[in-house]
Amino acid sequence: MSGPLVLGIESSCDETGVGIVRGHELLANEVASSVDLHVRFGGVVPEVASRAHLEALLPTLHRAAERAAAAADVDLTEIDAVSVTAGPGLMGALVVGLAGAKALAWALDKPLYAVNHLAGHVAVDLLEHGPLPQPAVALLVSGGHTSLLRVDDVATSITEVGATIDDAAGEAYDKVARLLGLSYPGGPVIDRAATGDPAAIAFPRGLTLRRDLERHRFDFSFSGLKTAVARWVEQREAAGLDVPVADVAASFQEAVCDVLSAKAIDACRELGSTDLLIGGGVAANSRLRALLAERAEQAGIALRRPRPGLCTDNGAMIAVLGAEVVDRGLAPSSFDVAANSSLPVSTVAL
Amino acid sequence: MSEQTPTEPLTLAIDTSTDVVVGLAGGEAVVAEHRNADARRHVEDLMPSVITLLGGAGVARTTLDAVVVGMGPGPFTGLRVGIATARVLADTLRIPLRAVCGLDAVAADWVHGANPPDGDFLVVADARRREVYWARYDATGRRQDGPSVSAPTGLPALPLAGPGHRLCPDHRLGTGAPERLDGGALARWGGGLPEVGDEPLYLRRPDAAVPTRRKSVLAARTGHR
Ligand SMILES: [Zn+2]
Repeated sequence: MSGPLVLGIESSCDETGVGIVRGHELLANEVASSVDLHVRFGGVVPEVASRAHLEALLPTLHRAAERAAAAADVDLTEIDAVSVTAGPGLMGALVVGLAGAKALAWALDKPLYAVNHLAGHVAVDLLEHGPLPQPAVALLVSGGHTSLLRVDDVATSITEVGATIDDAAGEAYDKVARLLGLSYPGGPVIDRAATGDPAAIAFPRGLTLRRDLERHRFDFSFSGLKTAVARWVEQREAAGLDVPVADVAASFQEAVCDVLSAKAIDACRELGSTDLLIGGGVAANSRLRALLAERAEQAGIALRRPRPGLCTDNGAMIAVLGAEVVDRGLAPSSFDVAANSSLPVSTVAL
Repeated sequence: MSEQTPTEPLTLAIDTSTDVVVGLAGGEAVVAEHRNADARRHVEDLMPSVITLLGGAGVARTTLDAVVVGMGPGPFTGLRVGIATARVLADTLRIPLRAVCGLDAVAADWVHGANPPDGDFLVVADARRREVYWARYDATGRRQDGPSVSAPTGLPALPLAGPGHRLCPDHRLGTGAPERLDGGALARWGGGLPEVGDEPLYLRRPDAAVPTRRKSVLAARTGHR
């Protein structure tokens, strides 16, 4: 057979995910999202997300089990291991999935593997594009994370080479969307609204000045950009002028994607990587994909991007990471393993 | 593992509304119980507590007949750990789950104890923010009112049971009243307590504000200078 049969549970933010894989083969990937409950708050409310996780946990587990039974005649009693997100993420949300995973593993008498959510975003690409050349660079962008990683082995060796020093890129999208009177989540909304001129307004590119590059070559900052957009919109309103939403959205998006892609390509060159993997919800952004594709091609770098349903948070990414960890022969987690809301990406498995 | 062959149905009880509390009962008899009072380690301590409890009693997971879980009221994050665990355990082991109010279990414990109440009483638990979760019971342990959350000052003048009694200076703990939810009592009496449904007894809405007007960055800038 081809690899261990692993069930993965994800509950770090606002998606309850249960996935089942056999090695690099996807058998089930069921997700229940609470995103609709957060719309009126303009961002994820931890307590609302945690309540939704508890409600969705068993139904999502059942759907995944049914899917794997139908697709591959797999029964849960046959799985080799249970893997689960231990962090990073929202503490109240993480503990629901972790508690459920512990109970499942113990009730089935199978080993438990508590793993890193960010590493899951990298591992999920194995389901679509097979083994990852080493070293690879991964750019993870979502409402919760903005990181640039060096991946030597997805199960044992990941190093953060850069991260946001303030807001996550997706958070900046949410805030600018609200500023423009658009809905939540901001990523897809701004992407759709960005039909104007991306060069209409010269918004700042965070941490790209020469003095910033010395200390923060691969880091990101979106807080200044967000404030610049707010100031531009307010000045416009104060002058009694209309706000050209399409131009503002396009110019903001250009500033974000310009920095993300430039630093990601720079990291590939610096680290000698010929492969750039992108993941996280913002990886589905059309401008980011286009800009990355263009710059990667110029630099002779192969771009790897899982399909959108695997880029956003899901259980399959945790399952396939679990399968890799099992495959490397790492020891299972103890049943007293804790959730860690700020788990560093260098800790792939606990 | 040496396995018992019990004639009485084996019930595992789980409650994480305050401490991590587990218990095991065989029919009418409490077999074992365990409490872990570190209120910040629910997800760490619960499964090890269950494993230790069953191991100590020589009970295999496959011989469990039912699970009882306390649905609160209780502080939210810890509470969910017990509910998620109990749901997945019962579902995976294919045994029934009974979801009960934790205050009801404290009431049952007192009513069936050596020194039962002689009239109506309250069960109270710490709800933080200077409030208590509480419910009112008659002398047979049947819930008359609640569960509710409120300041301890407005409670009816009745004897108390439960972990919130220290927060109620105008009240006294009833003679013989249990001060805490006991895992053994929950396992022993849980099967006969009312089902409270699928929704945890949160009794409070999530803290979340719907954003109103945005703050002016221009005003904020000048204001700080
Ligand atoms: Zn994520």
